[in-house]
Amino acid sequence: MKFDASGLESHVLRGGVSDDLLSVFPTAPSFEIPGATDFDGFQKEAIQMVKPAKGTTTLAFIFKDGVMVAADSRASMGGYISSQSVKKIIEINPYMLGTMAGGAADCQFWHRNLGIKCRLHELANKRRISVTGASKLLANILYSYRGMGLSVGTMIAGWDETGPGLYYVDSEGGRLKGMRFSVGSGSPYAYGVLDSGYRYDMSVEEAAELARRAIYHATFRDGASGGVASVYHVGPNGWKKLSGDDVAELHYNYYPVEATVVEHEMAETSTA
Amino acid sequence: MKQQANWSPYDNNGGTCVAIAGADYCVVASDTRMSTGYSILTRDYSKICQLAEKSVMASSGFQADVRALQKVLAARHAIYQHQHNKQMSCPAMAQLLSNTLYYKRFFPYYAFNVLGGLDSEGKGCVFTYDAVGSYERVGYSSQGSGSTLIMPFLDNQLKSPSPLLLPAQDAVTPLSESEAIDLVKTCFASATERDIYTAAKYPYFTLFSEHVRHVLQGDKLEIVVLNVSGIRREYMELRKD
Repeated sequence: MKFDASGLESHVLRGGVSDDLLSVFPTAPSFEIPGATDFDGFQKEAIQMVKPAKGTTTLAFIFKDGVMVAADSRASMGGYISSQSVKKIIEINPYMLGTMAGGAADCQFWHRNLGIKCRLHELANKRRISVTGASKLLANILYSYRGMGLSVGTMIAGWDETGPGLYYVDSEGGRLKGMRFSVGSGSPYAYGVLDSGYRYDMSVEEAAELARRAIYHATFRDGASGGVASVYHVGPNGWKKLSGDDVAELHYNYYPVEATVVEHEMAETSTA
Repeated sequence: MKQQANWSPYDNNGGTCVAIAGADYCVVASDTRMSTGYSILTRDYSKICQLAEKSVMASSGFQADVRALQKVLAARHAIYQHQHNKQMSCPAMAQLLSNTLYYKRFFPYYAFNVLGGLDSEGKGCVFTYDAVGSYERVGYSSQGSGSTLIMPFLDNQLKSPSPLLLPAQDAVTPLSESEAIDLVKTCFASATERDIYTAAKYPYFTLFSEHVRHVLQGDKLEIVVLNVSGIRREYMELRKD
């Protein structure tokens, strides 16, 4: 099987080492492919054995002052919570963010790869890459691996020369431009809150609160989401993290504990 | 030809790894039992590998893959030393390990790793991985067959504020080096009670009895400690069942 490894180009080691010294080691640019007659079957079995981290709620939306991006922080392997502190909002550069849903390793690796490509574009063209361009770089790489079992559902959010930008990109080859997205197992719950509360002319504070509330409600209903709700804002001067709250504590902000009326006071019984 | 043997290149050799980072030290530990199914292959196999002066990796899973992985990393580190004339830092080794694992994304190393060490400031660091290279810097971690028993215990004893919280809160393990070592020993003592792939610890007082020393051979807990004064290995004898 021959497949496109151009996605790895920027990883090629450069410098004073002769090629034949490096060629001994499995460096870039190629992935090792198992010599199985049934690649899909092998892949399915291998994935089941290693159980990569999964389960997420992420969302992003454009409003009048930029883009708001939010995510939870839980990673689960089957029923086991493997981490409660995953950084699902990946900082590609000071003006662009990516979100992480699906396979943790796939997202982490390809976002880092995208970060390298964006920096190289900046050096070659003396201007920052557009969100449109960056999302297309990622979409094209993911499309070249289509059918090989990558699992990525991401949103690329940023601010470029044309203003705020937001794209949804996935490992099935999809790439959508939009004003409002939510990705992951908790997305139906997040969409419910997001769609009912969204207005284009929100202030930054209102937008951040909407994003946080949507993530909180998703973590409340989706067992595979939880941990910390992080909220980022991307404006003309780049991104800024606005908040990070433990959703277990957020619960008491949305549902404060109220003093309940005690119906039956305990009374002394007569001992006689 | 219609019939063919099912190609299954993996085995699970079990084993449990734990790492704890402190302000100026790092403790990495794992048991030394290697099993396949219900059979014990050896009671004296080290799962801990020193990759650089200040980076130590403990790995469970399939030990053939682990050995291959260790050799790749050793070779890459040798090249790094020739190119830069210095030891690789622990965070750099962490990224290298991630990439090395991901380059076998479609034919994964069946290896579950924790990387422990000291960063450039001398602070303890622990990186925890999945088999295909997703990684995260944490204060403590456990991987392998006993991880589901140990991790909740470590959470209960050490859980610190999440690094994602804003305003940020300091998340260093609040233990001294000797407290951390004791905690690691306790972890394995507990895990081994319920995990057949992790060898059980013998109570301390039996360690010096001649009779017991004769019975005990192998099944150890190996503990590697990194701090300002260098690297130190400790062993604790373990029992055979």
